[in-house]
Amino acid sequence: MSPIPHLKRRDVLLGAAAGLAVLALPARAMARPEMQEAVKAFTKGAMAQEGRVRLDLSPIVENGNAVPLTVDVESPMESADHVRRIALFNEKNPQADIAIFHLSPASGRARISTRIRLATSQQVIAVAEMSDGTYWSQTRDVVVTLAACIEVL
Amino acid sequence: MPRTLINVPKTAKAGEIVEVRAMIAHPMETGQRMGVNGAMIPRDIVNRFVCTYGSEVVFAADLWPAVSANPFLSFSLRAKEAGVITFSWTEDSGAVHVATADITVT
Repeated sequence: MSPIPHLKRRDVLLGAAAGLAVLALPARAMARPEMQEAVKAFTKGAMAQEGRVRLDLSPIVENGNAVPLTVDVESPMESADHVRRIALFNEKNPQADIAIFHLSPASGRARISTRIRLATSQQVIAVAEMSDGTYWSQTRDVVVTLAACIEVL
Repeated sequence: MPRTLINVPKTAKAGEIVEVRAMIAHPMETGQRMGVNGAMIPRDIVNRFVCTYGSEVVFAADLWPAVSANPFLSFSLRAKEAGVITFSWTEDSGAVHVATADITVT
């Protein structure tokens, strides 16, 4: 007779499978709601599709006070088809907004670089608004070893 | 007037896409930090940047406290005519700082 009579092999396997399923949930589903809301406010509720945007950001940064990043959007940048705005949002800073850039066909190329602050390891998302009203995005995970906002005066 | 640093090529061919870089010396105080005696240091950031080429606004940015101190921006422009490129940074207090650069288009 087995020491735990009511625990069948099948139940144990099912339970283990369920546990794995929870672990395998996409990171997106666990992102804090503030970032999702900020993105929604930017896209006016529209869905931001993955693609066309390249967010270049080091996966591990030493100093969260100045994290260099580059956003590159695939677009011919002509008056018929160009990038209108590029927005950056973060997940775990006190405020989700980072910056919104306004571009025009006079930009010639949809590429911007800047330096941002990250309070802790988190996700950063770049969302681009095209002249045809569609939204495209890319999300990146960043590990920050020295967080911003901790320096003493 | 805080120190500004701008980088625009002196000359460009008509239609050429040139890269422009702009930086301003500014603490970008977030409003989240505590100073002496636990008093909050009030927010003081550059919240708006505008680049004007000729008479047209070609690039603008809205910034939040998550932008690093001494905000640095790099973007592109399509050279069309010789003229003045104007950069302006607006602070929370409403103060505006302006820098200009000339570009010759051949």
